[in-house]
Amino acid sequence: MDARLKRILPKVQKPARYVGGEYNQTIKDLSHVDTRIAFCFPDTYEIGMSNLGMRILCGVFNNMDGVWCERVFSPWGDMEDEMRKAGIPLYALESGDPVKDFDIVAFSIGYEMAYTTILNMLDLAGIPLRAADRGEEDPLVIAGGTCCYNAEPIADFFDLFILGEGEEVDPEVVELYRRCRAEGISKKDFLIKAAGIGGVYVPSLYDVEYNDDGTVKSYTPKCGAPERITKRIIKDFNNSYFPDKIIVPSTEIVHDRVVLELFRGCIRGCRFCQAGYVYRPVRPRDSGILIDQGIKLLQDSGYEEITLSSLSTSDYKQLPALCDGILDWCENKKTSLSLPSLRADNFSMSIMERVQKVRKSGLTFAPEAGSQRLRDAINKNVTEEDLLNSCRIAFEGGWNSVKLYFMLGLPTETDEDVVAIAELARKVLWVWKNHSPNKSRGVKITVSTSCFIPKPLSPFQWAGQVSMEEYKRRVKLLRESLKSKAIVYNWHDPETSVIEAVLARGDRKMSKAIETVWRNGGKLDSWSEYFSFQRWMDAFHECGTDVEFFTTRQRGKEEVFPWDISDVGVRKDFLWNEYVKSGQSQLSPDCRVRCTGCGANCLLDGGVCDA
Amino acid sequence: MRKCRLVFEKTGRAKYISHLDLMHTMERIFVRAGVDIVHTQGFNPHPYMVFALPLSVCTESVCELVDVQIEDDESFDEIPERLNEKSPEGIKFKKAYEPLTKFKDIAYIDAEGRFEYDGRVSENLLDKLSNFFKKDEIVIKKKTKKGIKDTDIKPGITDIIFEKADDNTVLVKARVTAQNPTTNPDLIATALRELEPDVAPDFSEFMRMAMVFEDGKKFS
Repeated sequence: MDARLKRILPKVQKPARYVGGEYNQTIKDLSHVDTRIAFCFPDTYEIGMSNLGMRILCGVFNNMDGVWCERVFSPWGDMEDEMRKAGIPLYALESGDPVKDFDIVAFSIGYEMAYTTILNMLDLAGIPLRAADRGEEDPLVIAGGTCCYNAEPIADFFDLFILGEGEEVDPEVVELYRRCRAEGISKKDFLIKAAGIGGVYVPSLYDVEYNDDGTVKSYTPKCGAPERITKRIIKDFNNSYFPDKIIVPSTEIVHDRVVLELFRGCIRGCRFCQAGYVYRPVRPRDSGILIDQGIKLLQDSGYEEITLSSLSTSDYKQLPALCDGILDWCENKKTSLSLPSLRADNFSMSIMERVQKVRKSGLTFAPEAGSQRLRDAINKNVTEEDLLNSCRIAFEGGWNSVKLYFMLGLPTETDEDVVAIAELARKVLWVWKNHSPNKSRGVKITVSTSCFIPKPLSPFQWAGQVSMEEYKRRVKLLRESLKSKAIVYNWHDPETSVIEAVLARGDRKMSKAIETVWRNGGKLDSWSEYFSFQRWMDAFHECGTDVEFFTTRQRGKEEVFPWDISDVGVRKDFLWNEYVKSGQSQLSPDCRVRCTGCGANCLLDGGVCDA
Repeated sequence: MRKCRLVFEKTGRAKYISHLDLMHTMERIFVRAGVDIVHTQGFNPHPYMVFALPLSVCTESVCELVDVQIEDDESFDEIPERLNEKSPEGIKFKKAYEPLTKFKDIAYIDAEGRFEYDGRVSENLLDKLSNFFKKDEIVIKKKTKKGIKDTDIKPGITDIIFEKADDNTVLVKARVTAQNPTTNPDLIATALRELEPDVAPDFSEFMRMAMVFEDGKKFS
């Protein structure tokens, strides 16, 4: 270990997260390695190690002969200060080698608020921030993850982006890189070739023109780059790579358990949800395969908890068989299955009862909106009856705490809709009073609201966000409507939501503001300890970024968006149609009731998705 | 079921694992190796695992002891190897046996330290160090639950010698009291920083070498 590192580690909090050495880490013999990849997660170890995508893709890279992929996370502030003081550059956990010496630096970006952390990590590594400032000797800096569907705000910092699922395309990019390097081809020419790989977006190969009003006029590809970049998906999800060994951290992380991925995509079509559209089409993994994967991982890792991951676990057709299979194996062991929050319907409740035999901890439901009208407008197919029925079953079963999640500021929301949240919470309380077998223990109903953020590639991509003042007014209205002591109301601060909204629908001109925020000390912005609203607003002001242009502005049907170059399968006219229907509070059926023809099935051979 | 005492090392990168995290890590090592150990009864069963003396984070050890209870048909001889196959880097089991002694009888810990001086090591320095620890009392400020308190650490340091390793490094060999009071060998460097900053090292680290009975025999 680096002697300087040894000296600073005793001074920082939780040093175990900075040293690697965990069970199942991948160590390779450098004499058999020709390409080194630094897989960077722009958040702390505890968050990054909980990310399933990172675990899958590190495994994919390390399965390649001659390739060694190591993990890199952002240090917390105390560690960063010590590293800078001691002159220690950002290093990878497995080898301890500086990130700057790697061939490829790959970021996984799932959250807009991580943008400043990316810059901080590049700087800490000693790598020039902007692609244009990097030479042949600098690593190739690439990124993947959901944020890359609108990569424009950070486009200037990356050599290329990978759109969609990485299991197949990532090795294609690495193989091309190795071939080009062996043939002495320049980085620029490599990038031109890389743009020919499906799913690869090379921002420097596009000229952007803007209209006088600041909206995008056009994207013009150069050097044979495609007009639009079609995201990549795994067509055969049953046979795609899933790690059979996982790194077991020696210090506690956020999701410290085995995770199984049930399916990709979502049948629901909630209009506020970006994930519900960009991950389509729906592709399940067979329950038999999942049970095998789960048992192997539990045995190999020593974890005593396993959980299920997908966008809507209740919609997994083989959920009973899967739960039975896992529970059978868990019998007589200390291992437990924990379920993510499920939909508020009868089917889900019967599963929950079976699984959570012992602990009657809190239940979480996300009705998202208080009134049926607004739930219809956002296409959240949950009725009040479903919700109250689920709560009744839960209370009868001995649960005594329910969390209800809502958004304020959804398109078409009125004061009546806001007050309806309070009414719904009161009805839940009423259900408890009528059905709880043991009222002496009391009940706790928690209502939480966040400020809605319109996201690209969802039907609400045209909608304006409510202003901060308006969100606060609605919070006050709801707070005054909630009077019972049994109901606790938490509301999220809208400041992060405003910044996230600017970045989510931002354009390429925004990189200057992001860099300015970082230069003024911005990093780890998803942490309240570090986030500064003022720092962001000052930077936007300094760089001439009109915040309201990106947040509250209502977009017109014909507007060209910065992310229109990303083709996720779902067509823009389909999204527009959904947006129009939301204005009329008109529901769309889920994909199993009737195919609504979103277009995502065209990504599959034969064009039939498994909804 | 029968009692099983394990001797293990915690060195290298594993020294940064905190005591609480070590307990979780141990639990998983046993599950992975398929060595069943007795759990406490109750609502939240957790493994019955008793560590002799918790080791502070950033300190290495080659003599850690933990007691667990295993199935009768488990063989003591095989257990260390089976656990080692499933352990993270730096945790290594050396022996498993039926415990015949009690942890409360551990009187002293033998620790070895490296004091790094960045080119300042001289004979003079060694004398100053030795003389410092010959004083009758060494009172330092120690953080306790009730705030900062003056504590005399001299009674806790039974033996201490300093040897020059190279121009940058002094080796420290110390015997400190293990219990009542527990003396963390790091306090040796702390005392120098507080009371004799001229001869305080630029960096110090310790390794536990052995646990010792009152009569000076090695505890096992």
